[in-house]
Amino acid sequence: MKARRILDREDILAPLLLLPTGLYIVLFVGFPFVMSFVYSISNVTVGNPHIKIIGLKNFISLLQDVAFRTSLVNTFIFTVVSVSLVIVLAHILAELLLRDFRGKWFVRFIVLMPWTAPIALGAIGFLWFLDSVFSPIDWFLRMLGLLGKPGALFGPASNLYWLGRPGLAMASVILVHVWRLLPLATVILIAGMNSIPKEIIEAAQMDGAGYFRRLFHINLPLLFPVIGVTVLFATFFTFTDMTVVWILTRGGPPPNATQVLASLSFLTGIEGGDLAQGAAIAIFFFPVLAGLAIIVLKLAKKAVVT
Amino acid sequence: MRMAYVELRGIKKHFDTVKAVDGIDLQIAEGEIVVLLGPSGSGKTTLMRLCAGLERPTAGEIVINGEVVNDVPPRERGIAMVFQSYALYPHKTVFKNIAFPLIVEGLPRQEIRKKVEWASGLLGIGHLLDRMPSQVSGGEKQRVAIARALVRRPRVLLMDEPLSNLDAKVRHTARVELKKFQQEIGVTTIYVTHDQAEAMGLGDRIAVMSDGRVRQIGTPEDIYRDPADTFVAGFVGIPPMNFVERNGMIVGFRPELFLPADSAQGAEPMILRFKVVRVENLGSFKLVYGTIGDARVVANLPVRIPLDEGKEYDFAVRREDLRYYNKQTGMRIKG
Repeated sequence: MKARRILDREDILAPLLLLPTGLYIVLFVGFPFVMSFVYSISNVTVGNPHIKIIGLKNFISLLQDVAFRTSLVNTFIFTVVSVSLVIVLAHILAELLLRDFRGKWFVRFIVLMPWTAPIALGAIGFLWFLDSVFSPIDWFLRMLGLLGKPGALFGPASNLYWLGRPGLAMASVILVHVWRLLPLATVILIAGMNSIPKEIIEAAQMDGAGYFRRLFHINLPLLFPVIGVTVLFATFFTFTDMTVVWILTRGGPPPNATQVLASLSFLTGIEGGDLAQGAAIAIFFFPVLAGLAIIVLKLAKKAVVT
Repeated sequence: MRMAYVELRGIKKHFDTVKAVDGIDLQIAEGEIVVLLGPSGSGKTTLMRLCAGLERPTAGEIVINGEVVNDVPPRERGIAMVFQSYALYPHKTVFKNIAFPLIVEGLPRQEIRKKVEWASGLLGIGHLLDRMPSQVSGGEKQRVAIARALVRRPRVLLMDEPLSNLDAKVRHTARVELKKFQQEIGVTTIYVTHDQAEAMGLGDRIAVMSDGRVRQIGTPEDIYRDPADTFVAGFVGIPPMNFVERNGMIVGFRPELFLPADSAQGAEPMILRFKVVRVENLGSFKLVYGTIGDARVVANLPVRIPLDEGKEYDFAVRREDLRYYNKQTGMRIKG
């Protein structure tokens, strides 16, 4: 009876229920977060774990390092291009899936499939798909005569070396990112589109607005919060991703054609053992992600109010 | 009879197996306001949407000013519609909402401003032009919706239950204003509602609908005094017409024409033995619920007439106030 009395009191029950989560956040998020800042201004390595503060030397040497600068630029390029492509393609898919047609269930199924695969498995699948010798895409292009013959559209070589050439490797990474994010973006957009009251679209029709005017004056403005959420999620996932790059190219083709902040940080800190440098690289995530987090929180607050 | 401005010929609309509209012929004269009155599912909204061009008829022709418009998209029919939920664009100001059809048309800025100011002035919302829809009241939203419909000077105005989302009190004044307004502008109007009081107050003519067909079309007086069948008789008028069975027919009479025998004047009134079950005093009149034999009936009487619950009285209806209906079909029998 006494126990029930305690559990009935909100001022005791609330902190009690929050305790496990709070503990988790402090130990596994807060602690590493603080430690990464500490490491980044020290010279800690795997071999020498004693923390000695050396100030901003890590950051200075990073900014002078070509590999780092390339990684930084790549991270932004991959993110911006992937997110833009995802938004456009998800729109098209969402419009398609809003209409009724035979086999809709099947289209919906395959659209959602990429999301169900763990990212590492998806990337490994693409490793085969983009293989330098056995790529099915190359096989298909050879069948069509667009590859492997002198004067062919894609060149005389028998393969395109998707992961071996800098430009194609970057495109491949972007391809996998888009492939992975499309289901999520499509689902979010479908929900958003469904929430536009049908009568508003009809009113616009009665007012004489054609498809494109409706799209730009009515649909897109009303979808703005939903698109915003999609962009935020897509950006978070792509900006911080290490898996796709690591599995597909390890950051290559040399030197660092597809290296991103996350993979470089892993390479330097864990594989290379230089924890301090690795942490310093990871710190560069902070301004961008903090900014995004503030935007997300602001949007979330507005959604609750309205 | 003026030439029909809007004409519906043999209109049918079937959704798979559902016959939403099942053969309707209607002529609406220029400047007239015709009310489509009926319960939910009667097909009145579907009929309006067919006129608007938001749906295509399964059969039949829609003619506006002599032109068959079945294949003409909504915009080019010269029709404007006020939706039940107003359907204002939530992300645009009131000004931009009203201006939208003109912006689509591509009119110059100056002209747009003039027309928006005219329309908003007409509806008394000129002071709200810079507000967002979320910042104005329900009644004001409705006026914005009407302004947006009128700003283009449409040939035909369609209104889909525009008053039903308003508070009861506002609804009454809005109705009066709407009627005055429609007469001033003189635009041909088709108005959909399930509220028979609204229909009676607004319509030049009323088309009473049920199950996709028009049961009767006529002036409010005609519909009320001479309903064409038991459906119309029971739908129009609150409380609805009373029905009792006599000689294999259904005999109907309005509650306000059902009076104590000594008050009923005229030759040969029909005498009915009325047992009072309940009296509802509504202030300016009272509703007396009771039975004649097995049939439940209501009388609408002045408050001062004394009646006790549980007692029986001799009541009467004048011969000329009786209406006869076929017991099987519900259709009116004359005489």
